Amino acid sequence: MRRFVLIAIPYAWLLALFLVPFAIVLKISLSDYAVSIPPYVPQFDWAEGISAFLAELDFENFIWLTEDDLYWKAYLSSLKIAAISTFLTLLAGYPIAYGMARAPEEWRPTLMMLVILPFWTSFLIRVYAWMGILSNEGFLNQFLMWLGVISEPLTILNTNSAVYIGIIYTYLPFMILPVYSALERLDGSLIEAAEDLGCSRLTAFWLVTVPLSKNGIVAGCFLVFIPVLGEFVIPSLLGGSDTLMIGKVLWEEFFSNRDWPVASAVAVVLLLLLIIPIVLFQRNQQKQQEAEQ
Amino acid sequence: MNRMTWFNAVSLTLGFAFLYIPMVILVIFSFNESKLVTVWAGFSTKWYGELLQNDAFLNAAWVTLKVAVFSSTMATVLGTIAAYVLVRGGRFMGRTLFSGMIYAPLVMPEVITGLSLLLLFIGIGLDRGVFTIVLAHTTFSMCYVSVVVSSRLVSFDRSLEEAALDLGCSPAEAFRLVTLPIIAPAVISGWLLAFTLSLDDLVIASFTAGPSATTLPIKIFSAVRLGVSPEINALSTIMISIVTVGVITASLVTKHQVARQRREEQAAVRA
Repeated sequence: MRRFVLIAIPYAWLLALFLVPFAIVLKISLSDYAVSIPPYVPQFDWAEGISAFLAELDFENFIWLTEDDLYWKAYLSSLKIAAISTFLTLLAGYPIAYGMARAPEEWRPTLMMLVILPFWTSFLIRVYAWMGILSNEGFLNQFLMWLGVISEPLTILNTNSAVYIGIIYTYLPFMILPVYSALERLDGSLIEAAEDLGCSRLTAFWLVTVPLSKNGIVAGCFLVFIPVLGEFVIPSLLGGSDTLMIGKVLWEEFFSNRDWPVASAVAVVLLLLLIIPIVLFQRNQQKQQEAEQ
Repeated sequence: MNRMTWFNAVSLTLGFAFLYIPMVILVIFSFNESKLVTVWAGFSTKWYGELLQNDAFLNAAWVTLKVAVFSSTMATVLGTIAAYVLVRGGRFMGRTLFSGMIYAPLVMPEVITGLSLLLLFIGIGLDRGVFTIVLAHTTFSMCYVSVVVSSRLVSFDRSLEEAALDLGCSPAEAFRLVTLPIIAPAVISGWLLAFTLSLDDLVIASFTAGPSATTLPIKIFSAVRLGVSPEINALSTIMISIVTVGVITASLVTKHQVARQRREEQAAVRA
């Protein structure tokens, strides 16, 4: 009896506040838009019963998503931005993780804390910090002009480049930590063996270090790619009017156009898009756990 | 293999410079006399003064703090129970669904979580305000808590609990006297994680907050959207310093505790 209560409490909470809400999104995505509050026509009427409900369901909103090119362009551009920024984050994060794993042992806890510290600082504020740096009169332009690299300010804020910089900056710790933990476990004698057998430092790195840190790289890439796909804050603060990301489209569809059925349909498709990387990520985690046991 | 080559030194220096310079600039410019955020016009603390007189910000900060305290406490209780059920509960009906619901919110885009909760609250006719934000924050942060707590539960020896039961403890007593003290560090860090997640959340709060309640991130977001403002720099500096002091204190305390534990263990071995 006690065991049942113990299981029931968190179970019921998650059912009521996670699964049921999602079922409602699915239902509303199949409803019609209406000028009222709430702005959709409920499709389900208890009086008419389930068969009438099923007969009336339609995929109008989903068909609309394929007809207006705004939506599929936003999905594609989110995928592109997520893929490119994941790659760039890996390029920026790997050397840092590598340096940390090779640092003297007594430094490592401090370096680790320095990587984690930004996690505890507000995400919004970290994005905001870049608005001042990237603007036309901002720090970066002043610095580059002082160096003499450029003669007039570059427009960076409100472009896709600013979005990339913002994503790399805020998601860097998600990449560094898994790569670092893979590199730290790596047995140094393997690299020495490769060098003894005639590898140069660089080939030893390519042939030994990189393959052995593969698990960390894969985990880091998923940890960046999955959340970036639905990102809203970074494109709306750093991006411009030509920055298309699906999280922002959903937000505007909901709050500005007040078209709840279409917003719900956008959410359903985004989720379908995410299922593949999420399943792959879980498999990878499982494989890693099995390998460790 | 602890060679500190020039390559490692350079990559660490550049990496940490990249991580910290933006925040340092923010802190420096919060003391700027000028209204222009990018031009230095002398030292001044006037933006801190203006911030402290801005009631809208102070109210929002108060709402945020209330939401964070309530939701992280509830999330810790629920998340710890959920972790216990997952690790010690054995088989029960719908176990796969349960563990799926624990892990799914961790990767779910915030826009989807926010949208779905809002539609639920409207569907059942719940007025949006502080209460609905607390419900929303509790739901997603309990999942983080249960992941943190269950990793600790998995790694500790179950026979300790069984010994307590054999010695006549009731299951509740065994949990309170044996299990809870052992998993306490994970429970505390779960609470802290839930607390900061709640303080930080903009997207889910925007969906679930009604016109009656505004949190600090919502306030900052709408202010920032209008352009860079020096008051926000002052606010950011305050938040960054609280976090820095908190994290450094916490790490010193843990370091101290680890050292004490080691001394006690050594003393026990000698005795």
